[in-house]
Amino acid sequence: MTLLDVRGLTVTYADGAAAVRGVDLSLEAGGTLGIAGESGCGKSTLALALLRLLPPGTRVGGAVLLDGEDVLSMKWGRVRAVRWAGASIVFQGAMHSLNPVRRVGDQIAEPILLHRRAGPAGARRRTGELLEQVGLPAARAAAYPHELSGGQRQRVMIAMALACDPRLIVADEPTTALDVMIQAQILRLIGQLVADQDVGLVMISHDLAVLADTCDRLAVMYAGRVVEEGPAGQVYAAARHPYAQALSAAFPRIGDPASRFAPRGLPGDPPDPAALPPGCVFRPRCPVALDICAVQDPPLRDTGDDRSAACVRITTRVTTPTAATDSDTARDTDRETDRETAADTTTDTPGDEAPAPAPAPGPAEEARRDTP
Amino acid sequence: MNTPSPLLSAQGVHVTFPGRHGAPDVRAVDGVDLDVRPGEIVALVGESGCGKTTLARALVGLVEPTAGRIAFDGRPLEYSGRSLKAYRRRVQLVLQDPTGSLNPRHTVYDAVAEGLRIHGHAGDERAAVAGALARAGLRPAERFFLRRPHELSGGQRQRVVIAGALVLEPELLVADEPVASLDASVRGEILALLLRLRAELGLSALVVTHDLGLAWNIADRVAVMYLGRIVETGEVERVLTAPRHPYTRALLSVLPEAPGDPVILAGEPPDPSRIPSGCRFHARCQILAGGEAERAGVAEACRGRDPGILDGSGTAQVACHWASHSGAD
Repeated sequence: MTLLDVRGLTVTYADGAAAVRGVDLSLEAGGTLGIAGESGCGKSTLALALLRLLPPGTRVGGAVLLDGEDVLSMKWGRVRAVRWAGASIVFQGAMHSLNPVRRVGDQIAEPILLHRRAGPAGARRRTGELLEQVGLPAARAAAYPHELSGGQRQRVMIAMALACDPRLIVADEPTTALDVMIQAQILRLIGQLVADQDVGLVMISHDLAVLADTCDRLAVMYAGRVVEEGPAGQVYAAARHPYAQALSAAFPRIGDPASRFAPRGLPGDPPDPAALPPGCVFRPRCPVALDICAVQDPPLRDTGDDRSAACVRITTRVTTPTAATDSDTARDTDRETDRETAADTTTDTPGDEAPAPAPAPGPAEEARRDTP
Repeated sequence: MNTPSPLLSAQGVHVTFPGRHGAPDVRAVDGVDLDVRPGEIVALVGESGCGKTTLARALVGLVEPTAGRIAFDGRPLEYSGRSLKAYRRRVQLVLQDPTGSLNPRHTVYDAVAEGLRIHGHAGDERAAVAGALARAGLRPAERFFLRRPHELSGGQRQRVVIAGALVLEPELLVADEPVASLDASVRGEILALLLRLRAELGLSALVVTHDLGLAWNIADRVAVMYLGRIVETGEVERVLTAPRHPYTRALLSVLPEAPGDPVILAGEPPDPSRIPSGCRFHARCQILAGGEAERAGVAEACRGRDPGILDGSGTAQVACHWASHSGAD
């Protein structure tokens, strides 16, 4: 059975901001799913919604099935039982998530005691084991958070998340404030724990490159929706949605002459969640928008090769699953050409639009080129 | 590359903070030579606590070096209020967090004009502010004059901070993690701005960062810092594609896209109040631990002899007994 199945999830905050606007995701036991996106895209809200951690007054719709059971319709007692034991969360910024005046060992033991997994002595023993599992000496249980470095605190957070043997771990920006070497240590640790214990991992980050390296599958979010989803390596190296392409191109590849003295970004800002534009919400920033994008809001569509994207330009089913993997160097080298083409093809309707006669077609064109 | 005389030059700079309660002194910067030439962008790369921010603060005159000397345009930096004020007209600092750098109650106009007022700008203040905002990519500038920081996005705020630095027409920007708090899509825009300012105004920059990708994106030269010292320096293409120092190699190997197996160093950099003897990296060095240094016959030197201070000239250099011995380039 699917470990986590999110169906049509919507989250609207009390002030009317639609932070998550219909997200479908699924994760098998032992699988890893990365959720990427920029500040304000709704990725952290999504993480909180998975365990019903949102503030009162927030409207949540859809379903979050954890081992087939809908977290959103559970009674509170059941939610409390599921938290930590069924699914646990590693929050962003271990600095602020740990209680500064309690020893870290007591904080790790707290969920064990609350869930009556063990008595005080057993909890202490288990805490020592957990600390060693995350690469800290058991004696560090006596330390206060301020006595630990950022990387060590993050290890404590992970030990806490593992305390009740959950089936699913949700990690929200687990390495964001850490140095590269410490980040590498933590990512290796998370990878090993997931592999050894067969837990599912949902990892949320702004860092597409890290997610592509850590996760099997990758979903890119923009303004509360998933705009592209697929095998992590393919989505990173050969994104199809124009937003995912721009985001991916914003991560420099050291050694790649194309990004030397050529930092790439994406002009403009994401839309205000309380005042979304009509049509495709990415249209105001989209370098390849068509006229139809102003009126049509494309849903996330399966392209038939284990990938999906939400863009009117990407409509055809791709027959070769590896179609786009060889084009990672061709990424948006032809923005200008595309823009002109977009202007020329404004009468196109989705599905029958002519491919851009560009010298080096971007991955967005891959789908069409490979049409049978 | 022919070498014009450096605009900014640090020689043998040490910054030591006294230890508290009898603890040993903290040697945050422990002997650094570093030059920035006119029109050059230099990236100073290292992990937290390596001393890169302290070095940057020393370079803009916010901290007086305990030893060594800093010269700008050939003249040693003086620490009287008047000469520092004159110096800061020519060298401007851009900090990491634009939200923290801007006074929330000041308008964009005031934030940018502040430098002009401090320095008693004689000309047209309004035109100077508008010009700086436009150069920082905030156009039309007049539309931003009366906005306050909370009305701007993160990228716009960082552009305001950069405009505040540009308004005095400095010759050098020292930017401490200028994009670390920004989203990836905005990051590229701000970095492109730094490149454009170099092209249009001949502005030099020293960019302090933990991000090697940033160095690849915009810098001519990179200096890798570890525990108070520069351990490897040279042109970006050379250092980042053929690193010689084991530390640089490890840093590059753990990047998500790096080829080969990652070299994940255990533990964390030692405390700068207890810098190891010999090579300061030896206790974590994968080359020494793996026996390669032993085979090259340098293991003893690694443990016992300081590889010394690299000169600031910009030629490719590495502070490593093993790399120098084996010519591992």
